Amino acid sequence: MATAPQTQSPAIELINVSRRFLSPDGKSFATLNDFNLSVARGEFIALVGPTGCGKSTTLNLITGLGKPSSGEVKVMGEPVRGIDPRIGFVFQADALFPWRSVLENVVAGPKFRGEAKTSAYERAHDWIARVGLAKFENHYPHQLSGGMRKRVALAQTFINRPQILLMDEPFSALDVQTRVLMHEELLRLWGEAKASVVFVTHDLEEAIGLADKVYVLTSRPATIKAVHKIDIPRPRVISEIRYDKKFIEMSRTIWNDLKQEVQAGYAAGATPT
Amino acid sequence: MTTISIKDGSITFAPGTSDAEIEAAARAATRRRKIQVILWRIVVLIVLLGSWEISARNNWIDPFFYSFPSEIAARLWEFIQEGSDGSSIWVHIGNTLLASLLGFFIGSLIGIVCGIALGRNRFLSDIFSIFIKVLNAIPRVVLAPIFILILGFGLASKVAVSFVMVFFVVFANAFQGVREADRAMIANAQILGASNWQVTRSVIIPSAMSWIFASLHLSFSFAIVGAIVGEFIGSNRGIGHVIQLARGLHDVALMFAAIIVVLVIVLLAEYVMTLIEHRFAKWRPPSASDAQA
Repeated sequence: MATAPQTQSPAIELINVSRRFLSPDGKSFATLNDFNLSVARGEFIALVGPTGCGKSTTLNLITGLGKPSSGEVKVMGEPVRGIDPRIGFVFQADALFPWRSVLENVVAGPKFRGEAKTSAYERAHDWIARVGLAKFENHYPHQLSGGMRKRVALAQTFINRPQILLMDEPFSALDVQTRVLMHEELLRLWGEAKASVVFVTHDLEEAIGLADKVYVLTSRPATIKAVHKIDIPRPRVISEIRYDKKFIEMSRTIWNDLKQEVQAGYAAGATPT
Repeated sequence: MTTISIKDGSITFAPGTSDAEIEAAARAATRRRKIQVILWRIVVLIVLLGSWEISARNNWIDPFFYSFPSEIAARLWEFIQEGSDGSSIWVHIGNTLLASLLGFFIGSLIGIVCGIALGRNRFLSDIFSIFIKVLNAIPRVVLAPIFILILGFGLASKVAVSFVMVFFVVFANAFQGVREADRAMIANAQILGASNWQVTRSVIIPSAMSWIFASLHLSFSFAIVGAIVGEFIGSNRGIGHVIQLARGLHDVALMFAAIIVVLVIVLLAEYVMTLIEHRFAKWRPPSASDAQA
């Protein structure tokens, strides 16, 4: 389902991108080196790699919050200049506004973008209902469970109708059962929205269960070590495909790739960025 | 009921005790503890004031310098009824309060605006941080004589002292509050489409608010200190003036009485501030200290 028409440019392109950081003591070090990545429209890819290898950096470059030191980042065929309104981002940490109710959190995006109040609230009600929180519109984030807060975050992101969805270990803080529910929720929403997704994770099973392609990154500075196409048909039922023979085989292959890099990362004393 | 015992949060009870019985026992235990605490507070107060009274009456401490509670109470009553130095107590309180409130509001408003502006702008803060550090090193009360000289014996000089007392505290907290704002939350707002000003309004200011409020509690008492110090140095009205006058007359009881008046004002202001803060912060999970109060 992920093959885009040839006439369209890819949703995301990173061409020979390098990114260097200055450490506090003034030393320069690279997190990305000659990095190439292309995500087709409507494609769901997962990035896995050792801790601190530059996965989050990659996402930052695509949002425009960070700039490449060299190379080019393109979104929908155009070079990135500032924050692109077609991008949605789901964070690892809780990035909801704790002083706003669920409704006000979800309506934030359309209101920031100057949408008329009535239509913004109408759509917010709709999205809150879609993630199953209609009864909790007036609750504050601290009154919700971790899983419910993530669903608010999904509604907050999807209401902006992103064509590109970036997710930085969004479910890593959830317990295993809730995480599986969230995977199914995400796949359902993604199926409706038809966005291109870049999903960063540590969790191989998560990557294989969700994505069309899994990219394994090397330890810092990150380059792409291998790309694995996941030909498990959609729609997928995450809670069941984990026991699929193909799934298990694939996990083993990708883990073998990843293991060397994780060990290399440990040896280099990599720290999370 | 004797089968249930509750100690330090752990409950032991005989088998077959119902939840309702346990909850009732827990409620009773909480109430008992509350009453005990209040009783002990009263005991401590009586012992303190009683030993002061007895020591002074028996001349173990010189009552001329230390006065004693019953005399202070009588003097306070007289002060409330007759005023002092030709003005009623309300005129004195009104003067001190007006100067403190003006200093407090102007000081916190400008403090908040400057704190947020510098907190949001790295370049400005790099330039001005050194000046603020230097100015902050001046003990504020030494400015009082200068303000009196420039602004005269009236209200303006007290407001000015009050202002400098308040400004730096609020400024520092607002600045820190902006710096502590969650980066993921800021990035989230930006990606959701917020402009710079929208980020400031909907993320930076609300998250700095708890820091700012913490400073407002403290700075209202600072504002009163400022007003009173101003009145010490030059004025013809206000609580500070009454204390200064009483010192001249060696009327120690009146000095204590005036101190009690100030104390009551500060406590009332704290109470009002807490009420306001609760209204603004209904989004926050109730903290342990709130639950106890």
